[in-house]
Amino acid sequence: MRKLTESRWTGIALAALGVLMMVAGIHRGEMVVVLTKAVNICMECIGIG
Amino acid sequence: MDKKTTIKNWPRHTIQAVWAAATNSHFSGFVTGKIYTGKLKNVCVPGLNCYSCPGAVGACPIGSLQAVIGSWNFKFAYYVVGFLIFVGALLGRLVCGFLCPFGLIQDLLNKIPFPKKIRTFRGDKLLRKLKYVIFLIFVILLPLFLTDIMGQGAPYFCKLICPAGTLEGGLPLVLLNKAMRGAIGWLYIWKNAILIATIVLSILIYRPFCRYICPLGAFYSIFNKVSVYRYHVDKESCVHCGKCAKVCQMEVNPVEDANSLECIRCGRCRQACPVQAIKCGLRKQ
Repeated sequence: MRKLTESRWTGIALAALGVLMMVAGIHRGEMVVVLTKAVNICMECIGIG
Repeated sequence: MDKKTTIKNWPRHTIQAVWAAATNSHFSGFVTGKIYTGKLKNVCVPGLNCYSCPGAVGACPIGSLQAVIGSWNFKFAYYVVGFLIFVGALLGRLVCGFLCPFGLIQDLLNKIPFPKKIRTFRGDKLLRKLKYVIFLIFVILLPLFLTDIMGQGAPYFCKLICPAGTLEGGLPLVLLNKAMRGAIGWLYIWKNAILIATIVLSILIYRPFCRYICPLGAFYSIFNKVSVYRYHVDKESCVHCGKCAKVCQMEVNPVEDANSLECIRCGRCRQACPVQAIKCGLRKQ
């Protein structure tokens, strides 16, 4: 466990996993959901909705 | 005679301010009261920055996470979680120290003089676990399970807690839009009460929101021990003077735990160390 946390390759592997997940999410169409939410005023966020 | 330790905060604050300005560079929004609706909002910013801020040009990762989890057609957010893992695995909570606009606001508020600043208190350690509970319940579980008839969940953290949304979005949009002023209700009052409490507490105690509430900091903290960028204390050079722990405003002792979950990687300990025993950057074997 200590070797895993000390090695920088753990961070690099996780970063690579993150990239793969981002690609999978973009492929699924999740980015559209993010954009749709972000370009409309979030009434809940500002305390009105 | 012990030399007084001089910590230079301005380089970090400069980076924080430049980043905050860059990620909120839709300046015309602060005049027109309209938010940016361009393609850049496909991309999340690494820090806590409400996408309903008139200046915001990117998407808030915590808001986006709730939006995707709460959508009727997706129940896991590969894109947003992947982004958070990517950033966390590279930087850990360096984002909190350098790239979060709301962190900058708290840093500046804490500079306001007050006779009795609080460094820590009984219950501080336990209260720091609250942010993980908030992440789990308000960011993940509630949007996932508390849904409307269409199967859509609301962004409960943004709705009920987040003071960044109130400060960056709620206040300017309500001030600039007459129609919104008419829609103010109890929720707006509640959110502003949380904001006022955060502002007051930020004067008394360093970064209370980051310590106890922020779900984004909670997520990034998990990566502090494994991130590519991290801190390292040379135990042979260390003279155990305690200066690093004394200057740490997050109450971390770098000698005991250089990559503590609570460390926001501001670099004050590195500046304070008289023998340059604290290093940061890519971890060497």
